[in-house]
Amino acid sequence: MAKRIDVSGLTAYYGSHKAIEDISMTVEPRSVTAFIGPSGCGKSTFLRTLNRMHEVTPGGRVEGKVLLDDEDLYGTGVDPVSVRREVGMVFQRPNPFPTMSIYENVAAGLRLNGSYKKSELNDIVERSLKGANLWNEVKDRLNKPGSGLSGGQQQRLCIARAIAVEPKVLLMDEPCSALDPISTLAIEDLIGELKERFTIVIVTHNMQQAARVSDRTAFFNLSAVGQPGRLIEIDDTERIFSNPSVQATEDYISGRFG
Amino acid sequence: MSTAAVTDKRPSTLRAASLPKWTSPAIAVGAIALGIGISFAADLHSEIQWALIAAVLFVLGTYGISARVEGRRQAKDRVATSFVWVAFLLAVIPLVSLVWTTVSRGVKVLDVYFLTHSMGVVADSEPGGGIYHAIIGSLEQVGLATLIGAPIGVMTAIYLVEYGRGRLAQAVTFFVDVMTGIPSIVAGLFILSLMLIFEMQPFGFAGSLALAILMMPVVVRSTEEMLKLVPNELREASLALGVPKWRTILKVVLPTSIGGITTGIMLAIARIAGETAPVLLLVFGNPFINNNPFEGAQASLPLYIYQQYAQSAGANAAYDRAWAASLTLIAFVMILNLVARGIARWKAPKAGR
Repeated sequence: MAKRIDVSGLTAYYGSHKAIEDISMTVEPRSVTAFIGPSGCGKSTFLRTLNRMHEVTPGGRVEGKVLLDDEDLYGTGVDPVSVRREVGMVFQRPNPFPTMSIYENVAAGLRLNGSYKKSELNDIVERSLKGANLWNEVKDRLNKPGSGLSGGQQQRLCIARAIAVEPKVLLMDEPCSALDPISTLAIEDLIGELKERFTIVIVTHNMQQAARVSDRTAFFNLSAVGQPGRLIEIDDTERIFSNPSVQATEDYISGRFG
Repeated sequence: MSTAAVTDKRPSTLRAASLPKWTSPAIAVGAIALGIGISFAADLHSEIQWALIAAVLFVLGTYGISARVEGRRQAKDRVATSFVWVAFLLAVIPLVSLVWTTVSRGVKVLDVYFLTHSMGVVADSEPGGGIYHAIIGSLEQVGLATLIGAPIGVMTAIYLVEYGRGRLAQAVTFFVDVMTGIPSIVAGLFILSLMLIFEMQPFGFAGSLALAILMMPVVVRSTEEMLKLVPNELREASLALGVPKWRTILKVVLPTSIGGITTGIMLAIARIAGETAPVLLLVFGNPFINNNPFEGAQASLPLYIYQQYAQSAGANAAYDRAWAASLTLIAFVMILNLVARGIARWKAPKAGR
């Protein structure tokens, strides 16, 4: 199910502004990879290039290769819509569809794509909500609007919505930054469970979180404001947090700069 | 009051003298009485003059009394508040007066007979007759105009917000702005020139075309604003699920903003429902019932009102009919607005638990 991502020589632009430059890395399947680094260093931009959401932004374009199990996402004839069905995304702020109920939110991906059997839909919704550890809290009010849930519940609803379409990879862009510690813990536990089935990439500003949930950690930095962000190093999380090979990483992690 | 007021005998820096609550109404009553008094003394007969004098006295009196008792800062605050009240009353008076006049004069002949009969066998200067033909004409012309104008307007707005980039979008925005400013008579003349080229006689649908031209820019503008209000995060959430862009617009963006879009369309309908000039040019008016908007002259409510005034040589029966038709038109627009609000509330994104 889960797929490997191989990025090589990836550069992304906003119009004429180069946001990230020459990034190469491998993301292992069935693992959690965390991106850390100061604000504006291009972590989120890089994340969005992994499911072709970067080009949704006006002026956004990408050079380089992103291989999803040996298939180039930016190859000719590749449909970004099918890429996004393989590589799902959870955003910083919980964003359930306000016009839809909890049930419809989870079913949205399948319904809007028209690729489902009616009889299976109930099962998929239940399975996804259970997968997002939300089922017990909402099973009695599936037809209530999703926006009536608390922030943490909404974020788990968004995760349920993302995993309902059975992606191979799940990208998370600071999924806990708008949440309280208890909801954060719930999401972190969930990430631990989800990595059995998906390849997970998570952007976070919280280094304890990166240390807690991830198997591998990538550190991004930029040499100066206005310069493009670069990948400084990527290694096993334990090593990054105990004995990183680049001085800049150690400085950032120990809070001496950035 | 709090217990502190009882126990604390020292002079407080937080509490200051304040006027009792009935001060403002009292000053208002005093100002009105004084205003009327001055007007009698100066031999002014117009109620408008009385009211203006009273308004000025109210503002000045509030400032003077409050500055004496409460200090200058409070006085300025009270003056600002009283200005707002005076402005509110000045704005409401014409509105209430208009509704009052229309209702009181309109109800005289407004009954079921009036709503279900035409002017076919009644001379304009005689009593009797009704507005059935004008209601039919208005409904058909406005309905057809909406069928043309609303979809084009909404789709233009979708193009501008969701797809439009570069010069084409700028040009469309510019021309929509220009269209917003087109006087209705010009839209009428434009269609009339086409009619003359094809040597056609007046008919209802020609009026619909002119009304659609007037309606479109209003729909585009309001729909555009509504679509811009839809958070980008929702579009991205949908796209990230692998939903194609057109389905995202259809199933996420439009449902989220449908309440506002409907309201905008209803307001545009309300606007064109009262247009007289293009209807006069293109539909011409007709005392008989004509159910077919594609052939022959028709009536419409605003045109009927105008013609009852203009062509009846001052007959009271015609004036009464004009007022009753005005009342019907206002009620029609009012009902549309209420429906729009209802739809907006019904379709609005719900936050309930």
